[in-house]
Amino acid sequence: MSSTPMLPPRPPIDFDTPVMRFHRSRRKVTNIVVSGLAILATVIVIAPLVAILVYLLYKGASSLNFNFFTKIPAPVGEEGGGMANSIVGSGIILVLASLMGIPIGIAAGVYLSEFGRGKFLANAIRFTADVLNGVPSIVMGIAIYSLIVMRQKHFSAFAGGVALAIMMVPTITRTTEEMLSTVPHAIREAALGLGVPKWRTVLSVSLRTASPGIITGCMLAFARVAGETAPLLFTAFGNQFWSVKLNEPIGALPLQIYVYAISPYDEWHRLAWAGSLVLIVMIMVSVTLVRVFASRGALKGGN
Amino acid sequence: MSRAEDHSTTLDRMTADHNVNSDSSTPPALIVSHFVQEPAPGTPQAPPPEPSEIRRFLSQRGSGAFADNSFAGVILLCACSIFAIVIFIAAILIKSSHLSIAQFGLKFFSTSDWDPVSGQFGALPFIFGTLATSFLALLIAVPLALGVAVFISELCPRPLRAPISFLTELLAAIPSVVYGLWAVFVLVPLMRDQLGPFLVKYFGWTHLFEGANFGVGLLTAGIILAIMILPIISSITRDIMLSVPNHQREAVLALGATRWEMIRTGVLRNARIGIVGAVILGLGRALGETMAVTMVIGNHAEIAHSLFAPGNTLASVIANEFSEATGDLYLSSLIEIGLALFLVTIIVNAIARLLVWAVTRGAPARVS
Amino acid sequence: MRVKLLAAGLLAIAAATASAQNINGAGATFPYPIYSRWFSEYAKLHPDVKINYQSIGSGGGIRQVSEGTVDFGATDGPMSDDAIKSAKVKTIHIPTVLGAVVPVYNLKGVSQQLNFSGDVIADIYLGKISKWNDPRIAKDNPGVNLPAAAILPVYRSDGSGTSFIFTDYLSKVSADFKAKVGAATSVKWPTGIGQKGNEGVAGMVRQAPNSFGYVELIYARGNNMPFGKVKNASGKFIEASTDGVTAAAAGATIPADYRVSITNAPGANAYPISSFTWLLIPVQATDASKSKAIKGFLEWMLSTGEAEAAQMTYAPLPKAVADRVKQTVAGIK
Repeated sequence: MSSTPMLPPRPPIDFDTPVMRFHRSRRKVTNIVVSGLAILATVIVIAPLVAILVYLLYKGASSLNFNFFTKIPAPVGEEGGGMANSIVGSGIILVLASLMGIPIGIAAGVYLSEFGRGKFLANAIRFTADVLNGVPSIVMGIAIYSLIVMRQKHFSAFAGGVALAIMMVPTITRTTEEMLSTVPHAIREAALGLGVPKWRTVLSVSLRTASPGIITGCMLAFARVAGETAPLLFTAFGNQFWSVKLNEPIGALPLQIYVYAISPYDEWHRLAWAGSLVLIVMIMVSVTLVRVFASRGALKGGN
Repeated sequence: MSRAEDHSTTLDRMTADHNVNSDSSTPPALIVSHFVQEPAPGTPQAPPPEPSEIRRFLSQRGSGAFADNSFAGVILLCACSIFAIVIFIAAILIKSSHLSIAQFGLKFFSTSDWDPVSGQFGALPFIFGTLATSFLALLIAVPLALGVAVFISELCPRPLRAPISFLTELLAAIPSVVYGLWAVFVLVPLMRDQLGPFLVKYFGWTHLFEGANFGVGLLTAGIILAIMILPIISSITRDIMLSVPNHQREAVLALGATRWEMIRTGVLRNARIGIVGAVILGLGRALGETMAVTMVIGNHAEIAHSLFAPGNTLASVIANEFSEATGDLYLSSLIEIGLALFLVTIIVNAIARLLVWAVTRGAPARVS
Repeated sequence: MRVKLLAAGLLAIAAATASAQNINGAGATFPYPIYSRWFSEYAKLHPDVKINYQSIGSGGGIRQVSEGTVDFGATDGPMSDDAIKSAKVKTIHIPTVLGAVVPVYNLKGVSQQLNFSGDVIADIYLGKISKWNDPRIAKDNPGVNLPAAAILPVYRSDGSGTSFIFTDYLSKVSADFKAKVGAATSVKWPTGIGQKGNEGVAGMVRQAPNSFGYVELIYARGNNMPFGKVKNASGKFIEASTDGVTAAAAGATIPADYRVSITNAPGANAYPISSFTWLLIPVQATDASKSKAIKGFLEWMLSTGEAEAAQMTYAPLPKAVADRVKQTVAGIK
């Protein structure tokens, strides 16, 4: 800027030549066109969502009734029946998965953020977690089938829970780490300075401060695995009867939806739609809770 | 961190000097109580100069080193379990597929014969199906996702921003099997009766839309995949675009650029590596997607040049045949397909993460 | 860690409080409609025994019971000698009912029931006959106005006993089919599209115009789909029915292990694509109480359950076979 101080003063530029006008209008038009395209894209993306939701509400709500929540599936060709056992089964598998996945996920996140900053091991673990996050769920199903089902010699709710737990871990780990890293150092130092041991600092100060964000992460992971079908095909296996035993095959909502969706019976299609509606409402409630947590919490979390 | 370590080592030294009857595993519950506490009766010999209150307190409350170390150990164990999981999955897949690896070697991936009767297994049609559907999905999803991300991060009026990004994220929360259900009853008939004939009429010259159109096939699978990966690509792209510092935008605008020119030169150019990463992440998801694809792809192992033709993907062949496969070689071949899928998604994800990191370094990369 | 202990504790409690006997089975989709009805009725009569049956396909039934991951399997294609040899859990075949596989189609404007010869069906799946108005189809259906549309063959994508019965029949009537495709629960189909389960094939044929598929009789009947008559070994076109199936079984000599194919059976009224369907019961049960519960069910099935077969369009076991099966069941430890 300062390299040519001695230039003679230039005459003012004429911005109103035809070429300039052309360029200006071209740029304006491009701007409008691109903005329009972006808006169009958004509309196109929102459209299938709305279509799916409306269709689902229409199909599902008309099929939902009290029996759906209280009865077990009826045999082929008989009217009625519900998915009560699958709803409970899904609940059991998800609780199992959360019991195993959440502590491990949070602990790993704590390690990454509080103990392993900058260490090679931590970087490697972080990377592995990201990679694990992308492993297809069907592969997880095969692996758990080979490990647990083949060894135990039976399909079980437990095997399904382990498969889903493994899928929860990486999401929780990474969100926990991210949330912990937003906790100001001063807070930790204050606690350590008071002579509080490190473990206590982590549990009651760091984790506590970051808890809204961490809860967000856990619910996101929960919502993600709640609708998983592929890993349950070879692990939880499905059950037409009431079963709450962890070492027996158990029904699950997504499995039952899959079985009913590909059947040729209209009655079962009806139940599949109703099941989808219940599943989606369940997931949406947890995603919405996430939003509330994330915006209310002291620290912004999640997405 | 180093400060914290210094702190605890100082404590260590102090307690080592005056090692009294401290029970190192149980930390004191209330600090106040220690100030009024008398020296423990079992103390061997009290040093002649009376220690100060603070020193006595510190010596009595113990170092907590044991608790700290065991806590760190447990945490480290949990962290390493992630390693263990990945290694274990790889190991079990390799172990269970050794039969087919030994039998077919690399030929497994280059032959297209999948014949359980004669015991010939080649994965080429499934690789083709996976690549074709994923590529189609990207072709449809990437422009749309970019448009949505640009709209949300740059153009959208503020009050609309949250609801729209919430809606697109809801798309990500819908389970695969529900997409499949919707596709079977809505998308397939639509494809067969409206979209298919339209494509034949106007794009028939490309030779991509030949043969009978039954509604199920590569194109339908590609469309449903596109709908499924859209939210992933658009939300990561949006995050990356929002992480571009505002002064970049302001600088470009100050030079008299229109809004699009600002987005192009100020935002997209800065975020391009991250956007590529987001796209590859979407690709990773598309490669491994199972249920919805299985329900609409037609499940016929062939390499066809028409997008209407039925196909089969790596994931869908596993979902269809895994629990039903009889014969060790058949089963082992299916597991080898699982192994291939595992390795490919690992590589794709690794590349994507590296690219996303390259942009969002500083702030830790988001997992969404 | 504590949580893991808790989970283990829960597991132990859940196992300890188990009172009802849960039996898990898996396999064929072909007899699934009647099995689901039987198991549901049996559970009502005996609330302490719950038999969970997942219709994952015959291949799955054989695999899972051989691995010992389920308590019993079910199949429509008998296990091959190799499969029996390599199975980790040895099983016996218990025939339950007989059924028929029918060719189904979706042709607008054709109201007559079509006739098919075995070799024509084979050539449709080999891709040699690709149009509905092919002279060889027309020859079997004089006077029917067949459209000039392309045929869409639909087949089973999973390991299927229905496929076994169907390919077993086609291999018997067409040397070409036997050489190129063969008979098995999973085969490499030269043309067409795959769908999972009898359910999936029926759903696809119902949806897609000009398609052709094969399903168990009840899936065609239950969905009001048109299905063709098939030419039997004595040259007569027969419509699938319980009588035709019983006639096919009548001529067969049934070996001691019940593994028998009755496709293309002789007899003027025999329906050619008929088959027994079997339960695979482990010889040596891991758990005596489970074995006792399975035995109880089988006895109920032979005395009461069989009577319901006909109304579900399955044929009950012929009297002579049923008596032999009763003895076999009595011998289960």
